[in-house]
Amino acid sequence: MSNTIHDMGGMHGFGRVEEEVNEPVFHSNWESRVYAMNRAMGPLGLWTIDEGRAAQEGLHPAVYASASYYQRWLLGLEARALQHGLVTSEELAAGKAIEVNDRPNKIFKVEDAAGLTRSNFDRAPGGKAVFKTGDLVRTLNINPQGHTRLPRYARDKIGEVEAVRGCHVFPDSVANGKGDDPQWLYTVVFDGKVLWGPDAEPGLKVSIEAFEPYIEAL
Amino acid sequence: MSIDEERGQSDLTEHSHNHSHEHGEMSELSDTQLRVRSLETVLAEKGYVDPAALDAIVEAYETRIGPQNGQRVIARAWADLDFRSKLLEDASTAVNTMDNVSAVGSHLIAVENTPERHNLIVCTLCSCYPWEVLGLPPTWYKSAPYRSRAVLEPRAVLAEFGVTLPDETEIRVWDSTAETRYIVLPIRPAGTEGWSEEQLAALVTRNSMIGTGLAQRPDEKTGGS
Repeated sequence: MSNTIHDMGGMHGFGRVEEEVNEPVFHSNWESRVYAMNRAMGPLGLWTIDEGRAAQEGLHPAVYASASYYQRWLLGLEARALQHGLVTSEELAAGKAIEVNDRPNKIFKVEDAAGLTRSNFDRAPGGKAVFKTGDLVRTLNINPQGHTRLPRYARDKIGEVEAVRGCHVFPDSVANGKGDDPQWLYTVVFDGKVLWGPDAEPGLKVSIEAFEPYIEAL
Repeated sequence: MSIDEERGQSDLTEHSHNHSHEHGEMSELSDTQLRVRSLETVLAEKGYVDPAALDAIVEAYETRIGPQNGQRVIARAWADLDFRSKLLEDASTAVNTMDNVSAVGSHLIAVENTPERHNLIVCTLCSCYPWEVLGLPPTWYKSAPYRSRAVLEPRAVLAEFGVTLPDETEIRVWDSTAETRYIVLPIRPAGTEGWSEEQLAALVTRNSMIGTGLAQRPDEKTGGS
């Protein structure tokens, strides 16, 4: 989903940013297990990073807003494991496997933890990049039901292409089960006043990473 | 209908306080803990995760993959102008030439602070963060206050971190809405001429590489965040 609570840029009312002194990497054991399960399940190739994001965005806004970061990861992982038929709700309730898994699958091994580097999201382009550095563009006014990475605050706004970042997997397609559909990716920068009006803070510039289908020529 | 909704009820009644956990912590945590244990057990019994591999992932993020990597990268960039230009051109490739930093994958981008421009990194849509060089993000980075306000009023956010910059300084906020990941190259503090990379690294705070802080001056070195 796109127009829901996860799209927080520009919202009011959440209060101060509170920094925790000497914060540990994980606050409790369950957080570390949730994180590790998510990392270990990624390379199985059952879903993509954008499906993972979409699973959290599908939470009810009140649940999303009140859950902690790792609680959301837990809920998202449970939802995907159920959706993909890896586990059943009876098994989760029982806390043990009931059905036998006869699907062959890869498994993340101890030695794989020596890597843990990021995947490459570059894909072969279907054509040349339409825009170049310095081009003025307008972001589209879109409100899709499905996953998108164009935040609401940056829709229908005029900005400038600052960099071409390559041709990447397109989240709006891959998260909705429609394949990589590679698209050119640009850094597009907006003046603070364009985004927030005359009362914007002085000297503010904000950039997003915009896929080509998000923008049009002026 | 779903466990998610039940979870939601529990969250709403017992976990509505972001920072203080004195209320309902025991029942709320034990519920979440049981649920995590159940998921891990079922996934392990069905051959989808290996608990020993999960241990190894946790250990990697508690030891090897943390802000110490970013600190070494920034110190090298301050000490070695050739490395600095390579870092700004293609950070993933430049970082992988360092043998005292764990390997990084694709799409890392370094952005340079100058007296004219201060950079700030955020992910308004989730919590994208350069894990490989900074480790896992602090809670505030993942919080609604930071995600909502960093793009709207970064100067107010910076002030809460004790950073005030002149109105003439451009504040450039990078919203990480794709798979590119950003790290800030802070301004090298004055009075550090001739320092070794190891000495310089001690001045690089995690927050200075996100943009919510500046590198420490030699006279304020505290080893803080």
